[in-house]
Amino acid sequence: MGCLSCAALARASGEVTLRRKESSSIPIEAETISPDRFRGLSEAQIARLPAYYGRRLVTLGDLFEIEGVHTEQIGVEGDVSHVKKIGYGMTRGSLTIRGDAGPHTGALMSGGELTIDGDAGDWLGAQMKGGVINVMGGAGNFLGGAYPGEARGMNRGLIVVRGNVGQEAGLRMRRGLIVVLGATGDFPGAHMIAGTLLALGRLGPRPGAGMKRGTIVALGEAPELLPAFRYSGTFEPVFLRFYIQHLIKEGLMLSQRQLAGLYKRYVGDFNELGKGEILVHV
Amino acid sequence: MKYQDVEIEDTFAEAFEMWGSRLIITAATPGWAETAARVATGLATSIIGCGCEAGVNQPLPPERTPDGRPGVPALFFTTSKEAMEAQLLTRVGQGVMTSPTSACFNGLNVRERVKVGSRLRYFGDGFQVSKYVEGRRLWRIPVMDGEFVVEEGMGVRPAVGGGNFFIMAETQEAGLAAAEAAVAAMVQVPDAIMPFPGGIVRSGSKISSKYKGQHVSSNTPYCPTLRGQTQVELPEGVQAVFEIVVDGLDEGAVRKALQAGIPAACGEGILRISAGNYGGKLGKYQYHLHKLVRG
Repeated sequence: MGCLSCAALARASGEVTLRRKESSSIPIEAETISPDRFRGLSEAQIARLPAYYGRRLVTLGDLFEIEGVHTEQIGVEGDVSHVKKIGYGMTRGSLTIRGDAGPHTGALMSGGELTIDGDAGDWLGAQMKGGVINVMGGAGNFLGGAYPGEARGMNRGLIVVRGNVGQEAGLRMRRGLIVVLGATGDFPGAHMIAGTLLALGRLGPRPGAGMKRGTIVALGEAPELLPAFRYSGTFEPVFLRFYIQHLIKEGLMLSQRQLAGLYKRYVGDFNELGKGEILVHV
Repeated sequence: MKYQDVEIEDTFAEAFEMWGSRLIITAATPGWAETAARVATGLATSIIGCGCEAGVNQPLPPERTPDGRPGVPALFFTTSKEAMEAQLLTRVGQGVMTSPTSACFNGLNVRERVKVGSRLRYFGDGFQVSKYVEGRRLWRIPVMDGEFVVEEGMGVRPAVGGGNFFIMAETQEAGLAAAEAAVAAMVQVPDAIMPFPGGIVRSGSKISSKYKGQHVSSNTPYCPTLRGQTQVELPEGVQAVFEIVVDGLDEGAVRKALQAGIPAACGEGILRISAGNYGGKLGKYQYHLHKLVRG
């Protein structure tokens, strides 16, 4: 899967760098910014890849200065907070956004490493099927979630957000692991099907609303739980230690001690299957 | 050839193809991890009577186990993958799952797997929970002290079994001391185990018997009290023989274990080191004693 800190070395080892020519509030769609799309292309060929500037079809070369030849490692610089779908569907390589990222970044990706040095917009990693997303700042709403009308959100992979995230993180999540070191907004893990959402900061209100299975872990202050959840016992979950060992190997600065100890287990949502769980650190 | 005044016989140990697996068994304390591992690998001295050969390796510090708790690697060897699955299911189910605070993880990163957790999960009676993390699926089975966590499948690979050598001594005391010293050196080798009690065999066998229907019997050519009754192939002065059998996850592991054990056994009161084989007709692997000692 790859190391969370490895992308930081990408620049030193050679990459294709895209530098935004100017800031703009006009939305841009640039799903062609992906190691898969850049593979085997020259700078000139990359510059001719399409993008949308508002409703106008343009090229990447119109929007970015492009240099470099290592097409499986991409660095994006400048103000791309309005650029949507960077890394969309990527399956390989590494992509580093050295600043804030726009909405739908890394959506539907199934491999590779995506690093965002700033904040990410809504729908980060939506419906992803693999790979690693590592965010140094915060993220918006629907982190790893399912798009409207879709049955399943994130299905595999790992997302780590060091800051706060918005509403409905892990919406309809089917599998995979989301780690939020900051606070989560309302309805975290809403309609969760399976997978794990690990919230080291404050867990937002109404967690797990409509969840069928899956695990939400709350390490911050005790969250406000919905009445459709029942207390199910207090124990020391060994599987969490397995997750922590895995995250430590991936480069996340965590320790077993941070998550050691007892957890109160609440099962629900009994308006659904009732096999989900919220583990609250005691 | 002599090593420290001990004759090293010009012969070879004949070893066989087997299937090997390694599990990492963890628990809340090193003591309970050891208990679970020893129970799971218990009564697994010989394929012939036990269906499996098994043993434990050196304990692992918490930071080197999958769940960050104290752990012990346990190795298992069988004649087939099907036999491995059956053995692991029984041993993990009856020996690890029952042990306080235990968990059981795959310790062999290979493609081929046998089902363990995926079959034990039904013990959860519908309340079991699956967790999937980057290619590894764990089953959380509710039990009386909380949860038993067991990995879905355990890796299995072609391995080597039956590496051996014989320590021929002037006295039982000297032979046993030499065998203990050999085992102490061999347990340091990862990926190899000595499945017999304390790593040592006192009742080696031969594949024949005077009794109808019995296929094995005592290794009478190496029994020092039978000199007056049958053909005994021991040097003069040998009054006790101990055998050490080693299984390993690959040929190199068995070789390293033999290379560690044979020199360690060459102490006071030891007259000869020998090895068992079938003329090279049955086993795929041969470990020549002179080559092992020369290095």
